[in-house]
Amino acid sequence: MSEQGVVYVELVDEAIDVARLMPMVADPDVGSIGWFHGVTRRTTGTQVTRSLSYEAHRSMACRELSELAATAVKRFNLTRVVVVHRLGEVPIGEASVVLGCSSPHRRDTFDALPWIMDELKRLVPIWKQEHFADGSEQWIHPAPN
Amino acid sequence: MSKAVLLFASARDALDCDRVEIEIADDATAADVLEKLATLSPFMAELVPSCRLAIDDRYAEASASIAGARELALIPPVSGG
Repeated sequence: MSEQGVVYVELVDEAIDVARLMPMVADPDVGSIGWFHGVTRRTTGTQVTRSLSYEAHRSMACRELSELAATAVKRFNLTRVVVVHRLGEVPIGEASVVLGCSSPHRRDTFDALPWIMDELKRLVPIWKQEHFADGSEQWIHPAPN
Repeated sequence: MSKAVLLFASARDALDCDRVEIEIADDATAADVLEKLATLSPFMAELVPSCRLAIDDRYAEASASIAGARELALIPPVSGG
């Protein structure tokens, strides 16, 4: 049997190298591999975004991501989890976050991806700043649910 | 005692520094630190009620003591992803 629940989390300051991450979720005992890429969107309503930039409380963000990945392993019976978040400026169409996971059965992979993203957005101390085409800027601090 | 608190995102921009020193009682709690931070500017008064305090890389309960803390950080509502 393969080792269960291997997690990899990282904060990077450049474009996320997805090809490097792909082998990290592979395993002979999984039947399902899923990926989610969160990318910079150009339009929000009538506003046009030029780019996003992200900053983090790095040490705490790494700890929260590791805990989150470990919790996801237990909750969804995952074999592998990879979460990489990019910091600094992220141009339109490029990924700010890439999340991958694998599991013996597809349902767990399908269910884990949105749960991990929702928890990341709720708990991990990373902040997004919108840089709009008109030159204005705005930190995004969502109201707690 | 004097304690440094790390600032991020709009809080850092508003105070134009990435850490702030506050004077606080030796037996202060996380809630006391937040209360103190809210007095620093009108912007902070508005922001801080939606923030959490982190002690040594972990979210702190309001009643948590900051005695012995190595690092305090003000965590505004997060928006990663």
